[in-house]
Amino acid sequence: MSALTQNVLWRGTARVMGLVGIRGRTLVIAVPMLWLLLFFLVPFVVLGRISLAEPMIARPPYSPLWERGPDGSLQIIASLENYRFLLSDALYRNAYLSSIRIAVVSTVFALLIGYPIAYFIARSPEPRRSVLLLMVILPFWTSFLLRVYAWMGFLRREGVINNTLVGLGVIDEPLVLMQTDLAVYIGIVYTYLPFMILPLYANLVKLDSALLEAAGDLGASPMVTFFTVTLPLSLPGIVAGSMLVFIPAIGEYVIPALLGGPDTLMIGRVLWDEFFSSRDWPVASAVAIVMLFLVVAPIMWLQSVQNRRALD
Amino acid sequence: MARGWFLPLAVTLGLAFLYAPILSLVVFSFNESRLVTVWGGFSTRWYGELLEDAQILGSAWISLKVAFFSACLATIIGTLGAFVLVRFHRFWGRMLLVAMLTAPLVMPEVITGLSLLLMFVASETFLNSHPLTSGLFPGRGVVTIVIAHTTFCAAFVAVIAQSRLRDMDQSLEEAARDLGAGPVRVFFDITLPVIAPALVSGWLLAFTLSLDDLVIASFVSGPGASTLPMVIFSKVRLGVSPDVNALATIMIAIVAVAVIAAGLLMRRSARQRTS
Repeated sequence: MSALTQNVLWRGTARVMGLVGIRGRTLVIAVPMLWLLLFFLVPFVVLGRISLAEPMIARPPYSPLWERGPDGSLQIIASLENYRFLLSDALYRNAYLSSIRIAVVSTVFALLIGYPIAYFIARSPEPRRSVLLLMVILPFWTSFLLRVYAWMGFLRREGVINNTLVGLGVIDEPLVLMQTDLAVYIGIVYTYLPFMILPLYANLVKLDSALLEAAGDLGASPMVTFFTVTLPLSLPGIVAGSMLVFIPAIGEYVIPALLGGPDTLMIGRVLWDEFFSSRDWPVASAVAIVMLFLVVAPIMWLQSVQNRRALD
Repeated sequence: MARGWFLPLAVTLGLAFLYAPILSLVVFSFNESRLVTVWGGFSTRWYGELLEDAQILGSAWISLKVAFFSACLATIIGTLGAFVLVRFHRFWGRMLLVAMLTAPLVMPEVITGLSLLLMFVASETFLNSHPLTSGLFPGRGVVTIVIAHTTFCAAFVAVIAQSRLRDMDQSLEEAARDLGAGPVRVFFDITLPVIAPALVSGWLLAFTLSLDDLVIASFVSGPGASTLPMVIFSKVRLGVSPDVNALATIMIAIVAVAVIAAGLLMRRSARQRTS
């Protein structure tokens, strides 16, 4: 395009927008705003409304929002029945609690495994550091589903671990590893370990080694130096990494579905089954709304507190 | 700081933990036996079967299409959102936009998927209830998956674009404006080229996220439009199957080649900049 045609094009666009009476600024704001209103906010309104409906054998399988009464008056159909059901059935309460437990335990293990790795990478000399970082990130770029699937081959009764241990004579009978909570912990730690290592690394690499030398000169053993200097200074990295593991873990569906047993309760899985197996859309919606308030809202609040602290 | 044996050992074990399962996938993809974990001799028969599996090939094509369109749309919407938040400080609904651009990052996939599906179903019912608009709804499938993926990927693009927009030297834009360029022209001639590398990485991230998603696609998809993760999940759910190993190996090879090529390119451009 020549400079002239380009110029004409820009002026022309500006003129047309001026004629329609839209200021460019408004238009630029409107595009992302409208998209997100329509496809992010409105769906939640629909979700809330269906959580108040009754399940019905129909298409779609829930009661309409209003009905014409016999005298022609509009009657709004909404009840808190689904929420009452969630409260009365221990399954849902247990699923929430067990999701939190599984997410917390996995986050702690990811931290215990990820911290030494991040520390080692941060203290490595340059060419080795980049290679190690790349090696940590690389698995993240391969399919999440296939990485979970890889563990199925590892943990099965005739899987790699059992075959090796039996072959070496360490155990006589294969261990039951698949379809246990342990398998779910392994799956979550494995999947989200890079999310823990990267923020920790970013934090630890900024650590001034003069501080460590000073502590050593003042007579602190490496152990003491670690717990009084390195660990407190790396707290922001620990918090950031833990959030990045905890958040996806708590709503996880795929990992408990593939590696967990029938009694591995996680709220994401309960919601999925409620929707796809029981086909109870209103109860699934109520589960989602409760999850929104009990899980997502506290996380968003925590993050905003953290951001404000980072700005101060 | 290389003191003692603890750290090197921890790193070696950690990397083994990360790579051993992937390596075993690759090794057993060349296994003759159907029993995935018993070695029955070298063979490439699962690759042959994979290439004749019309369902897998078809769903791979759908996934690539969905990922391409979602990544493009998410880059546009995410960049616009980031631009608005970084450059316009006061406008109606700013807090709402901030919330809507950050919430998808922490939203469990099951909630995003379910709420979007319910919205699609409700709007389909609504549109079909009036004779004028009936048939306007495109039907659930590729279009609805693209919309869903665009929405959650846009948030990730916005994070990357926002940090680049904050870091860039704004005097370039001011200089262009002083020389008489209108705001639209300044955006396309100055801002866009400067933030282009961030947009490329945002696009790549969105493409990967879309290609990888199982949960949201399962909710919003309709009959006849299964993405590759949906097909793999339905196969894998029944147990380990050797053709999935072959598929995994192919995908790992593609990713490894792409990442190494990108690394070499970046190293070369870094060297050119310093010399």
